Amino acid sequence: MGAAPRSAYLRSMPTPLPSRSMRRSIALLAVPALVSGCSAVVLNPAGDVAAQQGDLVILATALLLLIIVPVMVLIALFAWRYRQANTKATYTPEWHHSTALELVIWSAPLLIIICLGAVTWTSTHLLDPYRPIGRIDAKRAISAAAKPLRVQVVALDWKWLFIYPDYGIATVNELAAPLDRPIAFELTASSVMNSFYVPNLAGQIYAMPGMTTKLNAIVNRPGNFTGFSSNFSGEGFSGMHFRFHAVPAQDFDSWVRRIRTGGGTLDRARYLTLAKPSADTPVMRFAGVAPGLFDAAANRCVAPGETCMRDMMMADAGSKHAMAMSAMPMSKPAGPIEASTTTAKNSADDTARLTGAGLSMPGAQRTN
Amino acid sequence: MMSPMDHPTPPVSPIFGRLTIDSLPLHEPIVLVTVVVIAIGGLALLALITKYRVWGVLWHDWLTSVDHKKIGIMYIILGLVMFVRGFSDALMMRAQQAMAFGGNHGYLPPDHYNQIFTAHGVIMIFFVAMPLVAGLMNFVVPLQIGARDVSFPYLNNVSFWMTAAGAAITMISLFVGNYARTGWLAMPPLSGVVASPDVGVDYYIWGLQIAGIGTLLSGVNLIATIVKMRAPGMTLMKMPIFCWTALCTNTLIVAAFPVLTAVLALLSLDRYVGMQFFTNGLGGNPMMYVNLIWIWGHPEVYILILPAFGVYSEIVATFSSKRIFGYTSMVYATVVITILAYLVWLHHFFTMGSGASVNSFFAITTMIISIPTGAKIFNWLFTMYRGRIRFELPMMWTVAFMLTFVIGGMTGVLLAVPPADFVLHNSLFLVAHFHNVIIGGTLFGMFAGINYWWPKAFGFKLDRVWGKRSFWLWVSGFWCAFAPLYALGLMGVTRRLSHFDDTTYQPFFIVAGFGALLIAGGIACLAVQIVVSIRNREALRDVTGDPWGGRTLEWSTSSPPPDYNFAFTPVVYDNDAWWDMKQRGAVRPTTGFRAIHMPKNTGTGVFLAALSVAFGFAMIWYVWWLAAVSLVGLFAVTIGHSFFYKRDFHIPVEDVERIENARTRQLAAEGVAA
Repeated sequence: MGAAPRSAYLRSMPTPLPSRSMRRSIALLAVPALVSGCSAVVLNPAGDVAAQQGDLVILATALLLLIIVPVMVLIALFAWRYRQANTKATYTPEWHHSTALELVIWSAPLLIIICLGAVTWTSTHLLDPYRPIGRIDAKRAISAAAKPLRVQVVALDWKWLFIYPDYGIATVNELAAPLDRPIAFELTASSVMNSFYVPNLAGQIYAMPGMTTKLNAIVNRPGNFTGFSSNFSGEGFSGMHFRFHAVPAQDFDSWVRRIRTGGGTLDRARYLTLAKPSADTPVMRFAGVAPGLFDAAANRCVAPGETCMRDMMMADAGSKHAMAMSAMPMSKPAGPIEASTTTAKNSADDTARLTGAGLSMPGAQRTN
Repeated sequence: MMSPMDHPTPPVSPIFGRLTIDSLPLHEPIVLVTVVVIAIGGLALLALITKYRVWGVLWHDWLTSVDHKKIGIMYIILGLVMFVRGFSDALMMRAQQAMAFGGNHGYLPPDHYNQIFTAHGVIMIFFVAMPLVAGLMNFVVPLQIGARDVSFPYLNNVSFWMTAAGAAITMISLFVGNYARTGWLAMPPLSGVVASPDVGVDYYIWGLQIAGIGTLLSGVNLIATIVKMRAPGMTLMKMPIFCWTALCTNTLIVAAFPVLTAVLALLSLDRYVGMQFFTNGLGGNPMMYVNLIWIWGHPEVYILILPAFGVYSEIVATFSSKRIFGYTSMVYATVVITILAYLVWLHHFFTMGSGASVNSFFAITTMIISIPTGAKIFNWLFTMYRGRIRFELPMMWTVAFMLTFVIGGMTGVLLAVPPADFVLHNSLFLVAHFHNVIIGGTLFGMFAGINYWWPKAFGFKLDRVWGKRSFWLWVSGFWCAFAPLYALGLMGVTRRLSHFDDTTYQPFFIVAGFGALLIAGGIACLAVQIVVSIRNREALRDVTGDPWGGRTLEWSTSSPPPDYNFAFTPVVYDNDAWWDMKQRGAVRPTTGFRAIHMPKNTGTGVFLAALSVAFGFAMIWYVWWLAAVSLVGLFAVTIGHSFFYKRDFHIPVEDVERIENARTRQLAAEGVAA
C-alpha cells in the first residue's frame, strides 16, 4: 500500500485537452474569446451533469444580456448625446415622470426574471445533486437496470479518501470511474468543511463533519481530470486536490483488480492515522476497507470508545423533552444529519423534501 | 472527536496571559519590515503634530467633537487609512498568485497567505466600506434634511470611536500575535478552538464585536435623526434619495447587526468556555453558524450598496441639471430591496445540500431583487435623458459605475441560479462578481461622493486633473484585475489558493496582478489629488457654497457649513428643496438671528474606545485581570458620563451674526466679481 506508481493504462490515456502551448495561446486571448474556448472547463466539461449546468450558465447569461446590452448602449448613448456641449439636444429640466416608461422599466426586468425563474425552478429540481441520474447524456437514455457506482467520500485534513463499498477498496487522492455509468457519491468530512468539486464531472457539494451529503454524477468523455476542495479548509488547502480518471468500463475493472491485488487494508487504526493533518499527500490505494468505516466517520465514532452521533441522538430523542420537541417519533436511528434537514428530527426519507417540486424522484430511499 | 478540554492549552500566565516574546513577529521578516515602516510613519506623524502644535486643535476640535460633519470626516479618514492596509493585502495576494506555480511556491507560506486574505476581506468590508458609508451618511444626512446635528451627537462620537477601536484591535494583530486564517466570515469548525487554537480568531471576534457596537449605535442614531429631525415641510416623500437610502441602510443595520453580535458571542462561548454551539460534538452544528452569519451577511451587502445608490441618485440629478426621474419608484425600489435583503441569505450556500425547493425559493427571491435594482438603473438613465450633463468627476464616477455595475449585477443573477452556482460557487468567478459590485458599486460611489461633497466639507473643489488620472487608472485597473478572474472561474479555478499546479492559469494571474498595479496608481493619484488640492485651495475655492448647481439643502449653506449648519431652519415645499428655493428666488435672511442651542464636545468616546481596546486585547490574550479592570472602567465611564449634565451650550447671537454677516459680504463680493 502507500504511494503506488500510476498504472500503465493511465499514462497511455488519450488527453482530451489541447496541447499545453495551444492552451496557453488560448489563455492569452481576451475574455469573450475564452468563454467559447475549450479551456473554460465549466462550459465544456466531460460529464453530462456539469454539461447541463454549463449550458444553464450560457442560457442565463444570454437571457440577462437581452436587457444588459440595451441598457449599456443607452447609457453610452445618453451620456454622449446629452453632454453639456451638445446644445442641439433637447433639454427638459422639469420632466421627471412618465407612467408608460415606468411600466416598461419595471416590467422588462420582471419578464426576464419570470423566464429565468421558470428555468431556475425546473433546472434546480432536475439537476438537484440528490436526484439519481436520469440519462447517460443528451442523446442516450439510461437503462433501468443500470446500477450506479457507489463512492463514499471523506474529506480529511487535507486529502480526499474514496471508499468503493461495492468493491471493498479505498484510495486517497485518486478517484476513478467508468464512462457512462452513474456515480452515486455520499460525502462527509472528518473535521472541517470542504467542498467536493470535479469541474469536468458535476457541480460541487459540501463535505461536512457529522453530516452526509450526496452527489449524483456521470462522466461521458475519458480523461485525467482534476478534482479539489473548493471551500477553504486551512493550512493544507492549496494541496488538497486529486486526479479523477474517467476510463472505459474494462479499464476500470482492471484498475479495481490491480488495487485488490496490491494489498493493504484501511482498518480503523489506519484511518485514524490517515485522518491526522497532512499536506500534499501522495496517492494511496488499499485492497481492503474496515466494514462500516464511512458510517463511523460520518457519525464521528471511528476511534474506540467514541459514542456515535446517531446513538447520541437516539438517546436524546428518547428523553421526554426531546420527544416533546420533535414532531415525528424516531422509528430508526437517525444516522448522521442530512444537510438538508439540520435538526435531530431528521426525516428518514428524503423524498418528502422533493414532493413540493411536483417531480417524481425514483429510488430516493436512504441507504443507511 | 476532540473537545476543547482535551486540547493541550499553552500555559497562561496570570500577568501576561498568553502573551510571550514569541507573540512578536520577530521571526517573520515581511511582517517585521511592515511593522517597522508603520512605526516610523506613526512616530513621524506624532512628531509633526507636536512640531506644529496641533495637539490642542486635534483634541478639542476633532477627536472630542460631537459635530456630525467632523465625525463624518473622521470616519472617511479612518476608511481611507484602513484602505491602504486592505489594499496592501490585496497586492500581496496578487503577487503571490502571479508567481506560485509548479515548483515555485511564491514568497508567502500558507500560514501568512491565509491571514492576509482573511484580513483583506475583514478590513475592506468592516473598516473601509463601512466607515466610508457611515462617514458620508453622517456628513450629508443632517445637512440634507436641514438639521443642526444628528439626534444623539454624543452617541455619534462614541459610535465613531468604537469603530476606530475595532480597527485598532484588528491592526494590533499585525504587531502582536497573528490574525485569523479562516476567511472573512470565520466559519466553524475551522474557526473553532480545535482547528484554530491561537489568538487569530479571537482578534477577529473582538475587533468585530467592538466595531459592531459602534455600527449599531450609529444606525439607531441616524434612523432617529431622519425620522425626527427633518426640516418643516420635508415629508418622507420629499426627502432626498440619499436620505432614503440612508434610512433603509440604517434600518438594515439595526435589524442585522445584532445577529452578527449574537453569532460571534456564541462562537466566543464555544471558544472560551467549551460550549458546543457550532462544534462537531455534543449536538453542535456548524451549519447553524453558516445560516446565522449570512442572515447578517446578506443584508450587509445592501447596507454597503444602498448609500452608494443614494450618492449616484444625487449626482445624476445635479450634473444632468434635471430632476431625478421617477422619484417615487426610486423610493419604492429602495424599500423593496431593503425587505428582500432578508429573504435571500441561503443563496450563499446552495451547495450545502439544501433541497431543490429550498434552493429554488432563495434563488427566485434573489432574482426578484434585480427588478428594483434594474428599475434604479433605468431611473438614472432617464434622468440623464434630455438633461445637460456636465462630466465633472462625480458624474464620471457615476457613468463608470453604471457600466460596471450592470455586469456585476448580471453575474450576480447568474450565480443565483443554483445549478450554475454549483459550478461557480467559491470560484474566482464569484470573487470577480463581488468585487465587481463592491468596487464598481460601493467604492466608485464613495469616490463619487467624496469628489461631490468635498467642496461642501472644506470650501474648495478637488483637483480635476489628478482626479481624472485616478479615475482612469481605477476603472481600467479594475477591469484588468477582475476580468481575468471571471475567466479563471469559468476555467474551474477556486479561490483562496496560495499555489497552483496548472501553469496555464499563470498569464491570467499576471494580468490580474498588473490590474492591481494600475489600481495602486489610481490610489496614488487620489492621494496626490488631495495634496495638490489642499495646496491650490485658493484657486479651487468656492465661496458660494453651491459649486455644482446643487438641488438639495446642503448646498444652501456655506462651505464649510458653520457649526450650526443653518442659522434658520429651512422650510421645505418641494423635492429638491434648494433647487426649488433658487427657482422661486428665495432670499437668504440677513437679520433676526438668535442664539443657537448646541451640544458640547466630550472626550468620553475616546476614553471608552481606549478602554474597549484594552478589554478586547485582554480577552484575546487571556489577560483576565486587565479584562476585568477595563470592563469595570467601561461601565464606570459610561455611568459617570450619564451624571454629567453640563453637556450643552448656546452659540451667542453675536457669533451667529458675525458668521452670517461674513457670509453675506462674501456672497455680495462674489456677486460683484461675477
